[in-house]
Amino acid sequence: MATTRSEPDRTDGRGPVQIDISGLKKSFHLFGQNVSIPVMEGGELCVHAGECVALIGESGAGKSTLMRMIYGNYRSNGGKIRVRCVAQGGPEKWIDVGLPHPHEIIEMRRATLGYVSQFLRVIPRVSTLDIVAEPAIAAGAAPEEAVARAKQLLSRLRVRETLWGLSPLTFSGGEQQRVNIARGFAHRFPIMLLDEPTASLDAVNRETVLQLIEEARDDGAAIIGIFHDSAARARICSREIDVSAFTAQAA
Amino acid sequence: MIGAPLFKLSGLTKLYGARVGCRHASLEVRAGEVLAVVGESGSGKSTLLSCASGQMLPTSGGVLHGATSPDGRTVWRDIYQDLSEPERRKLLRSEWAYVHQDARDGLRMSVSAGGNIGERMMAAGARRYGAIRREAEAWLARVEIPTDRLDDRPTAFSGGMRQRLQIARALATGPKLVFMDEPTGGLDVSVQARLLDLVRRLVAEYDLAVIIVTHDLAVARLLAHRMVVMKQGRIVESGLTDQILDDPLHPYSQLLVSSILQT
Repeated sequence: MATTRSEPDRTDGRGPVQIDISGLKKSFHLFGQNVSIPVMEGGELCVHAGECVALIGESGAGKSTLMRMIYGNYRSNGGKIRVRCVAQGGPEKWIDVGLPHPHEIIEMRRATLGYVSQFLRVIPRVSTLDIVAEPAIAAGAAPEEAVARAKQLLSRLRVRETLWGLSPLTFSGGEQQRVNIARGFAHRFPIMLLDEPTASLDAVNRETVLQLIEEARDDGAAIIGIFHDSAARARICSREIDVSAFTAQAA
Repeated sequence: MIGAPLFKLSGLTKLYGARVGCRHASLEVRAGEVLAVVGESGSGKSTLLSCASGQMLPTSGGVLHGATSPDGRTVWRDIYQDLSEPERRKLLRSEWAYVHQDARDGLRMSVSAGGNIGERMMAAGARRYGAIRREAEAWLARVEIPTDRLDDRPTAFSGGMRQRLQIARALATGPKLVFMDEPTGGLDVSVQARLLDLVRRLVAEYDLAVIIVTHDLAVARLLAHRMVVMKQGRIVESGLTDQILDDPLHPYSQLLVSSILQT
């Protein structure tokens, strides 16, 4: 079924649905303070292959929360988050990220769903090159191939070659962000979540990141992004979803 | 990549007289997966690990070893009920391994580094001296100990080197499941980072399943795919490591996570 990415089944040029979210609900219960904070109700979203959808809404509206629920990082309290997953040697299958089946989510993150967060969390001492190549190797690429792609991405993102053998934990914020992006794009995930990928980048690197996103999108990836940069949003996204529509009203 | 299930606890309970060590603990571990068991001192982590690793008979419940049969099914056998004493000892010497917090508990301090590795290989059936010595040397290199230290005793090693030697000894028989009790406890942070990196690489390279007891949530974050949180002998929450650390649902998990010092 991998061919579906190059064979859009819709007349508007979009590919098949990759993510289908309905009735999504989330609240945080803090036992220490004994308060419940409802954050989302009735979340709906449908994303197709080959399109980039922007999540918008003011700070605190739940953009990152929605993204984290899709990744299976935050657990939802109701509704469905259906993701079309790549399956090794078999047909694709839909999984509901909201259900408690950790191994399915681990497998989804390995092969299907990439997430570029705003933070780089890595084991100290591991080299930048290894960190960037790792997701591609985990997804099944040959190590040489993964390393070649990692080098290419690091070069494109202007991370100096003298730094590749070092741990990125000692790098500047901007450099860490670019390593994080290189890592996110090392494997060509069919679905990608991007949380502020252009934040804290200079104009040249911002341009490179936008090109990487465009390439992934045109290659058939379904992308959901949060961009405070409205020019970037206008350039790469075909739709905007205002998450304020799903913001739960405190009782 | 995560593979077939190879270990299960089902309703594991251990009572010390009237006192509860752990109660109704159930979990499953698959090949290639690291499971962290977290909780404060006295939460039952060590009791769970001792029973799970074949060192302490539980009061009730099952400790199940999964083996893949020729037709691809997983056959489950309780290590205390279904295995004879020699069978259980053999399992602990070969397919399972244990890494202690204090390397001195997992090594023989009066025997050379090579001897420590060779001893475990011989206990699992290896016989040829030359092959054992070569394999011991290869294992030293894999855990980043210079091979010219093969004939030195661990008493002459630093804490970090001793811990790496203990890991080499444990892995020399090609185990599928490794139990680790606070393996980075008591080490300097720089030594800790190196050990984490080593364990992560070995897990990926040898498709190891690891059950690691730790009170250090940062270690769990970097190493473990999944996590169980224990309190007063019970598993109060289980899930993906990042789910529990970023969105803890149980009151005790929330308390634990909110108590981490930020750096």
